[in-house]
Amino acid sequence: MNAPFNPHAPVIARAASERGPANPLRQRGQHEVFCGLTSIIWLHRKMQDAFFLIVGSRTCAHLMQSAAGVMIFAEPRFATAVIDERDLAGMADVHDELDKVVARLLARRPEIRMLVLVGSCPSEVIKLDLAKAAERQGQLHGPAVRFLHYSGSGIETTFTQGEDNFLTSLVKELPAEPVGARQSLIVAGAMADVVEDQFRRIFDALGMGHVSFLPPRNSTALPHVGPNTRLLLAQPFLGETTKALDARGAKHLLAPFPLGEEGTTAWLKAAADAFGVDPGRFAAITGPGRARARTAVERYRPALQDKRVFFFPDSQLEPSLARFLHRETGMDIVEIGTPFLHRHHLAGEFELLPEHVFVSEGQDVDKQLDRCRTARPDLVVCGMGLANPLEAEGITTKWSIELVFTPIQGYEQAGDLAELFVRPFARRDRLKGIA
Amino acid sequence: MQLTVWTYEGPPHVGAMRIAASMKGVHFVLHAPQGDTYADLLFTMIERRDTRPPVTYTTFQARDLGSDTAEIFKTACREAVERFKPDAVLVGASCTAELIQDNPAGLAAALNLDIPVVPLELPSYQKKENWGAAETFYRLVRAFAPSPAGVVTPRSPGKTCNILGPAALGFRHRDDIVEVTKLVEGLGVAINVVAPLGATVADLARLPQADFNIVLYPEIAGTAADWLKRSHGQPFVAIQPIGALATDAFVDAVAKAAGIAPEAIPTSRSRLPWYSRSVDSTYLTGKRVFIFGDATHAVAAAHIAAKELGFTICGLGTYSREFAREVRAAAAEYGVDPLISDDHLVVEDAITAAQPELVLGTQMERHVAKRLRLPCAVISAPVHVQDFPARYSPQMGQEGANVIFDSWVHPLMMGLEEHLLHMFRDDFEFNDTMQPSHLTQSASPARDESDPAAESPQIEIPETFAWADEAEKELRKIPFFVRGKARRNTEKFATEKGLRIITVEALYDAKAHFSR
Ligand code: SF4
Repeated sequence: MNAPFNPHAPVIARAASERGPANPLRQRGQHEVFCGLTSIIWLHRKMQDAFFLIVGSRTCAHLMQSAAGVMIFAEPRFATAVIDERDLAGMADVHDELDKVVARLLARRPEIRMLVLVGSCPSEVIKLDLAKAAERQGQLHGPAVRFLHYSGSGIETTFTQGEDNFLTSLVKELPAEPVGARQSLIVAGAMADVVEDQFRRIFDALGMGHVSFLPPRNSTALPHVGPNTRLLLAQPFLGETTKALDARGAKHLLAPFPLGEEGTTAWLKAAADAFGVDPGRFAAITGPGRARARTAVERYRPALQDKRVFFFPDSQLEPSLARFLHRETGMDIVEIGTPFLHRHHLAGEFELLPEHVFVSEGQDVDKQLDRCRTARPDLVVCGMGLANPLEAEGITTKWSIELVFTPIQGYEQAGDLAELFVRPFARRDRLKGIA
Repeated sequence: MQLTVWTYEGPPHVGAMRIAASMKGVHFVLHAPQGDTYADLLFTMIERRDTRPPVTYTTFQARDLGSDTAEIFKTACREAVERFKPDAVLVGASCTAELIQDNPAGLAAALNLDIPVVPLELPSYQKKENWGAAETFYRLVRAFAPSPAGVVTPRSPGKTCNILGPAALGFRHRDDIVEVTKLVEGLGVAINVVAPLGATVADLARLPQADFNIVLYPEIAGTAADWLKRSHGQPFVAIQPIGALATDAFVDAVAKAAGIAPEAIPTSRSRLPWYSRSVDSTYLTGKRVFIFGDATHAVAAAHIAAKELGFTICGLGTYSREFAREVRAAAAEYGVDPLISDDHLVVEDAITAAQPELVLGTQMERHVAKRLRLPCAVISAPVHVQDFPARYSPQMGQEGANVIFDSWVHPLMMGLEEHLLHMFRDDFEFNDTMQPSHLTQSASPARDESDPAAESPQIEIPETFAWADEAEKELRKIPFFVRGKARRNTEKFATEKGLRIITVEALYDAKAHFSR
């Protein structure tokens, strides 16, 4: 017997089935994501002699405190120059005021070698010229202190795009490669020091010569760049940085991102191939790490296999995480929400995902919550504003912010990465008596 | 332009969110960029709220500027009302939206919504969170309990009150309200409405039915209570029952407002007065305490510290400029200079200079105290997840006084223990890293796990002098828990006197100089 005719059903089915990276769902509504300022939370830890001075409002200062407050107890290397009424009314010259703030800051923190002026929504809207400000500060306090600037404003950037803009500004500072330099590699995107050290050991063992990481741990250790530089992205959110490095001659090596055994191998392989590393050597060097990663992840597979996961947009890592969970732990992907979809950089990831995986770019958080509740996934990966309310509705969640603060890249962290997704289930299981 | 690492208060729209999140059936549409949605986590993470706060952010972007940000506001407002079906909607702008001047009030009016719209003016570059909360509450009260026509006649005492002030993200408001309800009902006074926490707009409309108001937190309810007095002739009780004495005064004031005879007031007290008089507390005498917080909690803490625990106040301040007057008065009473500042670096300097033995402050002062290795108790917002303990932990009323006694005294060395440590200080088992037995978690002093010491520049007096061997030895004989202070005092004394070598005599001269 034929099903009753429903004019809507085929359309919906078709639309959904044609989702995928080429056809993401785009809805305009409330976004529930951090602005780019928030990247400062890990950037200031990464670069030991850099200070990030946000030129913004009380809101910006409050955001940093609220997002970082739970994590940082010492005096951090970031602060906000809070614009007030006098600055806006023209009663005080904003540039003079900024001079005073910078002078006070440098007096208090003499160890600072690089001061980064970070633009915010208010500074953008009043068209405060931070390029000019940085140049002026450079004249006043240089060359002992280097001055950079970029925008982390919420009207232009989400969360990790702040790092993209920062690295873009850093690229301008990179020295030019010496003429006739040998091929060198820049690995762009902040990772935990421990992960960097692991990768450095692998690159050394592969005999790849000059490899540097961006951002470096110190502002005085900037790598050089030029036509013999190859670029490997450690993070998927570096569109502008890639463009800037490309403009300086570096060649981007396209690869999946180094999450899980498969991603890490493909990522390392892209670099090894570009440097003409012998495949036998590559296999020999990466073999033990691959085996360890596989064993570590395998242990968690039973807890995750066939569970359905839904991603709310947060860090742009979502497609890579989805690929890892799908391929290495057997999870089903309900929706990959991401604030911005870098189709070119993510091509390698989507090749490894089901063709019509549901992708949404940008957000209408209320509608996305509706979809999520309807889909009843086993696990929701989301930000801190949504996690407790969803838990209270009986939905298991994983805070996405942990995924940007925890070392997750590389072979030795593949098991830890899987464990991060297992923990919410394990916890629920242990607490089932009080549910 | 002010250099800020940590802030005591958020922007005024966060205050407005706190009122919306306190009430039932009120939704707030905030014209703001996407990053401002961080504020949700204040409620969902710090307060562990199990629902999203009732706020819709328009999240306009750079590419919308100059074209259709107004349209975005209208769509967001219309859809929020359709989706959440509130009884009333608040509309306002965050710092960024204030600059683009879209006029949310006018835009919302143009939507012809079938529910009341209460527009908010929240000047982000002048005002702060508490002001925003007070203003929002006042606007709501005014909108739903409008002034009656005609002359306002003062009311005679009566046995029904409203309790005004408790709000989301308030420091222990959740538990204070239980304690205050007990006090008020214990007098036979009925509570008409508690607001904003848990109130609907219909409840606000019933506010004028009460005979008088109780203002628990002037920072939040002061403006509204003033207005209710002017427009409805409702008097208010403005004593906050924090501490044993203030609780008594509060009960007396409520009884008076309700027309209850003093003889009819039930007597029951907290354990604080006896605990404080008992001999083990002798060691609390004259302990130097530095107090900083919102005005209500700072002033209350000063009175308790001085009159109920026998401490000596060596510093008193607030970040609430709106209530500077009250703090100045209290500071004058205790003979210290009031510190009115929202610059935490200035507060840190003041704490360092005052050399307290106990710090009563906010989470910010807790970090400062940790760096300076001083005991500390938190007495005021801004709140932290730890300020929402699972246990019942009020600050107000009798149980509040008990909680205060425990939480201020526990960080200090216990009386008998202090004497024993002094007696046995030369025993090999004792050393400088020894901590009182009940403070085991800080066995390595002040070294926070997440606090890389390299990041916290120690505030030290530059060494332009040397310690003579004998003096250094003498210094080692002083119990370690006061040794740091003795060293600082002596060095300060040496600097003032221009001494190049610190001798034993200089050590005792300094001791004489600083002993009060
Ligand atoms: S969204 Fe804009 S105004 Fe808000 S915190 Fe971020 S930069 Fe500041």
